[in-house]
Amino acid sequence: MRNLWIFINRYNAFFLFIIFFTIGIVLTVKNNAYQRSVTLNSTNEVVGQAYEKLNVFKRYMNLGQVNDSLANENAKLYSQLLKMKNIDSAKNTTVKDTATHQQYTYLAARVIKNSITLRNNVITINKGSLDGIKKDMAVISPQKGVVGFIRDVSDHLATIQSLLHKDTKISVNVKKNNALGSLVWGEKNFNYQKAYIKDIPNHFKVNLGDTIVTSGFSSFPPGIPVGRVSNAGIATGDNFLTIEINLFNDFSTLQYVYVIKDKFAEEQKALESKLPNE
Amino acid sequence: MNSRLVLINILRWFILLFIQILLLRNLSFYNLATPFVYVLFLLLLPFGTPNLILYLIAFGTGLTLDAFYDTLGVHAAACVALTFVRITFISISVNRDGFDEPEPTLGNMGFKWFSLYALLCIFSHHLILFVLESFKPAELSYTLLRCLMSGAFTWLLVILIEFLFYNRRQR
Repeated sequence: MRNLWIFINRYNAFFLFIIFFTIGIVLTVKNNAYQRSVTLNSTNEVVGQAYEKLNVFKRYMNLGQVNDSLANENAKLYSQLLKMKNIDSAKNTTVKDTATHQQYTYLAARVIKNSITLRNNVITINKGSLDGIKKDMAVISPQKGVVGFIRDVSDHLATIQSLLHKDTKISVNVKKNNALGSLVWGEKNFNYQKAYIKDIPNHFKVNLGDTIVTSGFSSFPPGIPVGRVSNAGIATGDNFLTIEINLFNDFSTLQYVYVIKDKFAEEQKALESKLPNE
Repeated sequence: MNSRLVLINILRWFILLFIQILLLRNLSFYNLATPFVYVLFLLLLPFGTPNLILYLIAFGTGLTLDAFYDTLGVHAAACVALTFVRITFISISVNRDGFDEPEPTLGNMGFKWFSLYALLCIFSHHLILFVLESFKPAELSYTLLRCLMSGAFTWLLVILIEFLFYNRRQR
């Protein structure tokens, strides 16, 4: 027993390394799993506060750009409003209140932390569970394009698993022929302006410049523009195409995002969990 | 004397982590080279520190970084690996009985020793960091390339910072 103790003491550097390294690996694997119990991330009070403070300075840098995008959006909405006003409503005799049937509502949130340089990027926003944000809600950009899914929520803050993350997969369509594929980032090209679409069957013809939109299957509303095809048909050797696209959304200047509340999300989840497999 | 060393290290911890989180988190070249200069703090911890304390400090520093990077455990594991390499390298290359110098800085140990020491520590740290972060065999070649480029970048910055303070101490 004494010899064992001397042996351990002699090589304590190695044994301590094994102990601490194992703890590190266990934390990493646990953090990747679906259920995360430890909140040592940027939804944490202290870390979130720090980022909020830093963001005050950073916001001023992109102020012009944000103003432009908001003005553009205003103009777009205003023109839509005008279109509606011009409808001759005299002909309609019955009025149906469609407000109760609205499936998606948007919630604006400010980005307080963002990164594009890592393999797995996570964005932090300044709205949390008190504002009605829940896990797995979809997030889009005010200009154009998708951002990601809500990952962790605290009272006042939430983190978004950005599209630039190895676990993010979004179901998308080619707009002109509705070919279904899944949008992923990385594997070969880690440019934040490019992404790949996988699993489009070979018999669909996809051309350069085709628009890609969300399909509506993965908690995003259908028809949100995602990007434009920049390289059609990267050979993969099987029955599916891999397409490279240019993303509409510029992750490097993201200042505001819209979180999408899906009214039927829980109903859909409950219904689908009754399926025997998956 | 001893309390002065502790104070310097605490100050260094805050400054390096501040730079890392504020500045370097947003910096990268073609998404290939991303520097992690905060490892300099772990490299410069005093010679006489007991191993357990070294590991605890490394683990704590890693967890702090993880909280800000949203990667729980990755930086902690990488920092622990760095500490293991550090202890092994120092026990092989430095005379155990008499540490003439309190800290393994460039000014104290000379360019040759320090550059090799920093190189080995930084590459072990980056290897663990990037492999754990991507965790996908399909991306291994890219991950290794990223590790190599980032390691070189970090090493260069660490040497540059050390030269900056080396001159100041000589005066």
